[in-house]
Amino acid sequence: MSSVMTAETTEASEKVINQVQDGPIVVRPEKGVDIKMSAEGVSVFYGDKQALDDISIDIHSKQITALIGPSGCGKSTFLRCLNRMNDVVGGCRINGRITMDGEDIYAPRVDVASLRGQVGMVFQKPNPFPKSIFDNVAYGPRIHGYAQHRDEIEEIVVRSLSKASLFEEVKDRLHDPATGLSGGQQQRLCIARAIAVNPEVLLMDEPCSALDPIATARIEDLMWELKEKFTIIIVTHSMQQASRVSQRTGFFHMGVLAEVGTTEQIFQNPVDNRTRDYITGRFG
Amino acid sequence: MVLWCAMPMIMVVLCWLVVEPWFVRPIVMQTLGSVAGQQAGAPAFQYLEIRNIAAGVLPGTSASDAVMHAVEQYKSLLRTASMAFSVMFLMAGVLGFYRGYKKLTVDFPAREQVEKFVRFFLLASSMVAILTTLSIVLALVVEALRFFKHVPLLDFLLGLKWSPQVAIRADQVGSSGAFGAIPLFAGTLLIAFIAMLVAVPIGLFSAIYLAEYARPSVRSVTKPMLEILAGIPTVVYGFFAALTVAPLIVKVGGTIGLNASSESALAAGLVMGVMIIPFISSLSDDVINAVPTSLRFGSLAMGATRSETIRKVILPASLPGIMGAILLAVSRAIGETMIVVMAAGLAANLTANPLESVTTVTAQIVTILVGDQEFDSPKTLAAFALGLTLFCVTLALNFLALKIVRRYEERYD
Repeated sequence: MSSVMTAETTEASEKVINQVQDGPIVVRPEKGVDIKMSAEGVSVFYGDKQALDDISIDIHSKQITALIGPSGCGKSTFLRCLNRMNDVVGGCRINGRITMDGEDIYAPRVDVASLRGQVGMVFQKPNPFPKSIFDNVAYGPRIHGYAQHRDEIEEIVVRSLSKASLFEEVKDRLHDPATGLSGGQQQRLCIARAIAVNPEVLLMDEPCSALDPIATARIEDLMWELKEKFTIIIVTHSMQQASRVSQRTGFFHMGVLAEVGTTEQIFQNPVDNRTRDYITGRFG
Repeated sequence: MVLWCAMPMIMVVLCWLVVEPWFVRPIVMQTLGSVAGQQAGAPAFQYLEIRNIAAGVLPGTSASDAVMHAVEQYKSLLRTASMAFSVMFLMAGVLGFYRGYKKLTVDFPAREQVEKFVRFFLLASSMVAILTTLSIVLALVVEALRFFKHVPLLDFLLGLKWSPQVAIRADQVGSSGAFGAIPLFAGTLLIAFIAMLVAVPIGLFSAIYLAEYARPSVRSVTKPMLEILAGIPTVVYGFFAALTVAPLIVKVGGTIGLNASSESALAAGLVMGVMIIPFISSLSDDVINAVPTSLRFGSLAMGATRSETIRKVILPASLPGIMGAILLAVSRAIGETMIVVMAAGLAANLTANPLESVTTVTAQIVTILVGDQEFDSPKTLAAFALGLTLFCVTLALNFLALKIVRRYEERYD
């Protein structure tokens, strides 16, 4: 899965771009932009209930894409489609096609575990494992067999904690339980844990909604740094957060993607009426 | 209001039940004595006879006139007594009503009074259990102390030979040498160990299956079925062990050249293990389910497979709870009696060979106390000493288990 940028797949992603351009509300992507992930006509059903209807969106490489919208609009559901976490939920059915570097991630031969190694995820509530800080970060590298020796693992742990700007705070207590950290530290630990396996895409499902403003600001700063290396997709309730951190924004409403475009355009000049109403605070 | 009426009435009934025989009996016996003088037979027996005739259980025809006279008196006394009782009952009710009525002013906090009563009632209920436990412990300690007058404590705890029968038949040989509890505890531990060897893996694996893999529909059927195992009477397990498993072991042992006794620790241990499976599976299932889903998702989202998630995250997180479940199961295995009596034999062999017959503490208590016994011989008193020791061991295990489980519960707050 990691070496998929072949000539064939590049062709495929071009085809995808062409298809998306036919859509009524999708803004033409800027020239020379890499498409990391792409969804075409994705519909999701929980049992009989349809949660998402015909979603098509391109995720640009090494950028932050924010997904906004009122509660229950399906943005978290869509996020979970991108690393196939919906597979875990019973009675969930997905139609349509989602590609990463042009490869269908729902193809039968795809190894879900290694897909999730490439598409990391950070959850709404910090969920460190009841282990030490060190073991939390070392968890991914260990199960994926990235490092054999203790030295290598230690190096990965230190590097990941530094990238998540947590290392300075915890370097003296790496072997203390992770549950003893504050909420903001726990969330940065979860980010460190996610980037320790060196994913290509990082999904963040309202990563700051359980945090205070100071911890939120730290995570946002961190996201700015991380986007140099990772493609980030963040679901957020806070429109300020979306406008602060993201380059592109998608607005979900009642299970459909009402509008997607550059963050500037969405917030200053929305095309869709629903987007305008939501952003100006008329509902939501 | 109803409470104010009912409480005195109930008190009267209770007092009456206690007091009535004491009132009536001397009067009846007195008349019997005055009419017929001291006849043959103990007074207690005569009183019983009178009561039985009065109740119509015995035919009155064979009884003497004196007795019949007493019966008549007994009956009339009972009538008077029940009259008196009814009057007292009603009076108590009326008095209670009156008192309640007087109290019934606007300021009277009736609901709080009811609360007080409820609290007292519930407290009394829980005291029943606690007092019973305390009195059992007291009885055990007192009787065990009497035993230790006959047999020194160290001989009991460290002796290697157990044969109470010899001791009682030939007192002059000296009973102290025959009350070594070590073989019993060794047998208990051997059987419990075999049982845990069966129950821990099977129970744990089925708990993991139920909690992590089974679909809700499968789970809703499988879990109650596993719990049915816990509802089977141990006697049934016992004869299953003695009549099915033990012969099977003898046969299998014979074919591979091992000489198995027809009553073996292995048979008892295996069946006991099956009996304990639901304890471990049900408790562990609850514990595993208590692990937050977010941890599961976190691990899966890291690219871990399901079994990696279970091994590396869920089991470590629920280990204290699982340990608690196992300890509870151990104390159950140690206390189990019926299977051992039926399948493991009664010979107190000090052996580690599971194919030989061994015996356990509980099985010995049963054999000691079955049938007629003198309650001052060291043999009988030994049962109390064994019981006390066993009680201490299981209490310690339960205490440990509860402590571990509680620490686990605090973990995710």
